[in-house]
Amino acid sequence: MARVLVGVKRVIDYAVKIRVKPDKKGVVTDGVKHSLNPFDEIAVEEAVRMKEKKLASEVIAVSCGGPQAQETLRTALAMGVDRGIHVEVSPAEFDTVQPIHVSKILAKLAQDEKADVVIVGKQAIDDDSNQTAQMAAAYLNWPQATFASKIEKTDGELTVTREIDGGLETIKVKLPAVISADLRLNEPRYATLPNIMKAKKKPIKKVTAKDLGVDLAPRIEIISVEDPPVRQAGSIVEDVDTLVNKLKEKGHF
Amino acid sequence: MLRIGRVLKDKSNVVEALINGDKTFRLLSTTVASHGAAAPAIKEKHEDVSKPKPSKDSKSFTMNLFRGGLETSQVFPYPKVLNEEQSEMLTMLVDPMSKFFDEVNDPKKNDAEEKVDETTLSGLWDLGAFALQVPQELGGLGLCNTQYARLVEIVGAHDLAVGIVLGAHQSIGFKGILLFGNPEQKAKYLPRVAGGEMAAFCLTEPASGSDAASIKTRAVLSPDGKHYILNGSKIWISNGSFAKIMTVFAQVPVKDEKTGEVKDKVTAFIVERDFGGVTSGPPEKKMGIKASNTAEVYYEDVKVPVENVLGGVGGGFKVAMNILNNGRFGMAAALSGTMRAVTKKAVDHATTRVQFGTRIDSFGTIQEKIARMAVLHYVTESLAYMISGNMDSGSQDYHLEAAISKVFASESAWYVTDEAIQILGGMGFMKDTGLERVLRDLRIFRIFEGTNDILRLFVALTGIQYAGSHLQEVAKAFKNPTANLGLIFDEASKRAFKKVGLASVPSLDSHVHPSLRPAAAKAAKSTVQFGDTVEHLLIKYGKKIVNEQFLLNRLAQAAIDNYTMMVVLSRATDSLNRNLPSAEHERLLTEIWCQEASERVAANLGAIQSKDKIDLYSKLSQAAKNICANGGFVQQNPLQI
Repeated sequence: MARVLVGVKRVIDYAVKIRVKPDKKGVVTDGVKHSLNPFDEIAVEEAVRMKEKKLASEVIAVSCGGPQAQETLRTALAMGVDRGIHVEVSPAEFDTVQPIHVSKILAKLAQDEKADVVIVGKQAIDDDSNQTAQMAAAYLNWPQATFASKIEKTDGELTVTREIDGGLETIKVKLPAVISADLRLNEPRYATLPNIMKAKKKPIKKVTAKDLGVDLAPRIEIISVEDPPVRQAGSIVEDVDTLVNKLKEKGHF
Repeated sequence: MLRIGRVLKDKSNVVEALINGDKTFRLLSTTVASHGAAAPAIKEKHEDVSKPKPSKDSKSFTMNLFRGGLETSQVFPYPKVLNEEQSEMLTMLVDPMSKFFDEVNDPKKNDAEEKVDETTLSGLWDLGAFALQVPQELGGLGLCNTQYARLVEIVGAHDLAVGIVLGAHQSIGFKGILLFGNPEQKAKYLPRVAGGEMAAFCLTEPASGSDAASIKTRAVLSPDGKHYILNGSKIWISNGSFAKIMTVFAQVPVKDEKTGEVKDKVTAFIVERDFGGVTSGPPEKKMGIKASNTAEVYYEDVKVPVENVLGGVGGGFKVAMNILNNGRFGMAAALSGTMRAVTKKAVDHATTRVQFGTRIDSFGTIQEKIARMAVLHYVTESLAYMISGNMDSGSQDYHLEAAISKVFASESAWYVTDEAIQILGGMGFMKDTGLERVLRDLRIFRIFEGTNDILRLFVALTGIQYAGSHLQEVAKAFKNPTANLGLIFDEASKRAFKKVGLASVPSLDSHVHPSLRPAAAKAAKSTVQFGDTVEHLLIKYGKKIVNEQFLLNRLAQAAIDNYTMMVVLSRATDSLNRNLPSAEHERLLTEIWCQEASERVAANLGAIQSKDKIDLYSKLSQAAKNICANGGFVQQNPLQI
């Protein structure tokens, strides 16, 4: 049976109205509600279902970040993950942690933990990078099945249905493999209160990126973060002819 | 000094009237009496008069208010009972609970179909919402009252009908087992009520509402002594159609060991539907909380094993009252959630709606509404967590405060929701806005679990009884003055000072944040007025005070205002000391409340001693008598047609 490693990222909750920091170097995160990245939640659900179907022997969740990353791990544990690994990253470093760092961390942990499957969300809803699964597969030199909307296990292989432009693609990948979860893969369960309480007793191991030999030196510099442009107020035109002329002027016609 | 002695001696009658169970008082006390309050007093009567023994001193602020004292130990500082682990746990539970109610539960559908949707119901069981306070080792979450309060606040914000289904199950349904069950009963039943078997609380009967001690359901011991045979019927039982495990109250004939006399005494039983002989009627059609099930339950020769007696034979009344007392803070918590939710709708509307070219939140009319809604919510929320905190710290003296929280919360939530509808205007009246459902759901909260009218009398009379028992001690002291000189001197000097206006108003300065001292001074002054009024009532009416409901209601209102002032002073002080971002706003709300509540206290207490007002009350009484004698209004319309 397979051992599954799931990546879980703590992101600003989808319902929160994002505010840019005054220095334009990022967005306001203090005192803002955070939750488990919805695509990662789907990844967790899939891993837990694999365990329930006895396709997996153990599910391990990994989260990189400050102390609050533990809350995200607890959510995953409450959903049925067996244990957690908290990769501690200082707040200063966290701002410039990129998929390249996270994929190296995941690759290293997948090897250390002898994982057979790595599942992550296809992207995080904060930076929308959509790179971690792909890069982790590259570092591990494992096959990848991204944007999965259905996963079935056959002997030593996974049959994965992928959501591609205009349709579905079904592929087979040999284990070990890296998968990224798309929106329609499953509907994640609600963490129940008793399971949340039980999750408190499940182990969370703490490691640092240094322990794993991953250099977190920034590869990018954030120059400026801007609010989306505010929609310009419209104007009322007198008649259809004026409208048509205006549209022509602006090259819409 | 002698005159005082005589007055006090006469006044001891009051206490006796209260204790001896004068018919009128029984009606009130039996419905709502706090446990054990009367018991020690009865014993006192047989004691040597030369040694007055102080009756059990209550730590309750409200109780002591009736004695003219300022007992602050349960008011200041604002309770902080959660340790770090409990706070952390609660933080983790809040999100999933809110998420469930946001995404799964559909209050509109529940209301329209008059039942909780199946998916929601099974989801709630999985979620653990039915077993919040069952110990963890017996399958529940083992939450303390404060943690429970925070979670039911979420329920109250979303769906009061679901709140009733949950509350009827755990706040009253099996609470008796939690509070009074022996280890075997707990081990047998708590895992079941935590694991999917619905519970219910079965007290009310067709002829027994507020007068709970008059129930007719009876249980008689079987000849072999192994069972009680239970017969009777209960009405308006929440979860009555499907509850599997019920706390049922019935009369059991009990022989008095001393006199040999056999008397019926209320006894609580754990009854399983599967015992046989338990049936239920169709779900009742109701004004609100429609999704909750309400039904009659009938017991016909139900064989209840003797080991299912809960809290001892004859102890049922105490069990019932404790269950109700214990659960009342939950209503304040749930309804503060409701007020938060409906006020949000009103504010969203007020800050976007433009009329006469102006956003309506800039109009004084709307501002006053919103501010009053916020103040009432602030008081209610502060009450809920003050009481849950005191209960969690092991207080036993919270019954009057719990009753006040129920009365205050239910009336405030009604007012706040009504005003929210008013702010939304026609939109508020539309079903889709979701406020009319809340208003319908709220109506029952002023009626059930002790009507607010009964609870007001409970507060007034329990307090008077406590004050009276104190006066009785003083009266006894006068019977043997030399042995009790200290007590007599204390009383005499207290009274003498008051007479010449030297009695100082106690200061709350050491308890409240410096910026709240002016507001606290108003509250403190009100407590002094209160004690004086109680004394006046006892002296003027003696034991007849139990029948003076016009006055008792005003006294109760003043007690509510007094207590709530203390509660918000305490909370705002805490917020100011912690430098919370909302602290200044909380100070504002507290100042508003103390100003108006202290004015009301003065008006209500003034009314009790005002000849004009008393004349008015007798007129009101006469008008009601005329109308009742006439079977409706006495006069026809002016046309006489």
